[in-house]
Amino acid sequence: MAVSSEIQAPRSGRVAPKYTRHGSSRGNFEMLAWLFMRVSGLVLVVLIFGHLFVNLMVGEGVHAIDFGFVAGKWADPFWQIWDLAMLWLAMLHGTNGVRTIINDYADKDGTRFWLKTVLYAATAVIIVLGTLVIFTFNPCPPNAAAELLPSFCPAP
Amino acid sequence: MSKTPAGTLYRGREGMWSWVGHRVTGVAIFFFLLVHVLDTALVRVSPEAYNVVIATYKNPFMALLEAGLVAAIVFHAFNGLRVILVDFWKKGPKYQAQLLWGVVGLWVLVMVPFLIRHLTLAFTGGH
Repeated sequence: MAVSSEIQAPRSGRVAPKYTRHGSSRGNFEMLAWLFMRVSGLVLVVLIFGHLFVNLMVGEGVHAIDFGFVAGKWADPFWQIWDLAMLWLAMLHGTNGVRTIINDYADKDGTRFWLKTVLYAATAVIIVLGTLVIFTFNPCPPNAAAELLPSFCPAP
Repeated sequence: MSKTPAGTLYRGREGMWSWVGHRVTGVAIFFFLLVHVLDTALVRVSPEAYNVVIATYKNPFMALLEAGLVAAIVFHAFNGLRVILVDFWKKGPKYQAQLLWGVVGLWVLVMVPFLIRHLTLAFTGGH
């Protein structure tokens, strides 16, 4: 009798319930989180390297940074969108990274829950605050000393 | 041969140390980012408030901290690209250790000119 050399395909697609660690309600959130880390990471390399080069390497570098410098950048929608994308992607990327670390090292359910609650609250505050600042920012605030403002502001 | 047991500490060479480095730099960058959004938000308070806080950053000590921050960011960026290669490139897992030496090499290549420029500006270009 000839022995078949055919190798069966793995029985993928179904895991016996006793081997799953949680109900099916989680869906594929963890896979999407894993994929998000790679995609956002790739974009963040470009956004953050550009940010560091323009703010630290060009011209006077760090000495040039003051209110007028920031106002001059955010007068241009290009830098508003750049910084907005950097804010959201970096905060979500960092939050998911810290979430992973909390899940790895906090053993007790209660500890994990509270650490993640604090993390998500901090993330929400920072993302909302940063977004509001980028879009409600006035480069020429009234009653400010003219020498602190960018050159395009009308004379008081 | 030593009579004491070798212990159970995992010593994973390049793979483990790059993982440790990625975690440590990632957490450090995250906490910096929280502070960085808060200090930048001061532009919404007043030009004076923003300038006063930024002025406290313009000294040699903070320049060294900034250099450390950029060193952490550049490592995290290049090692992140290595992780992507390990995950998506067919030969990534086979060459993961060599890829780490590529990360270290690129890190040196970027950090040397960065440090020369940034520290020159910070230590000589003050107003």
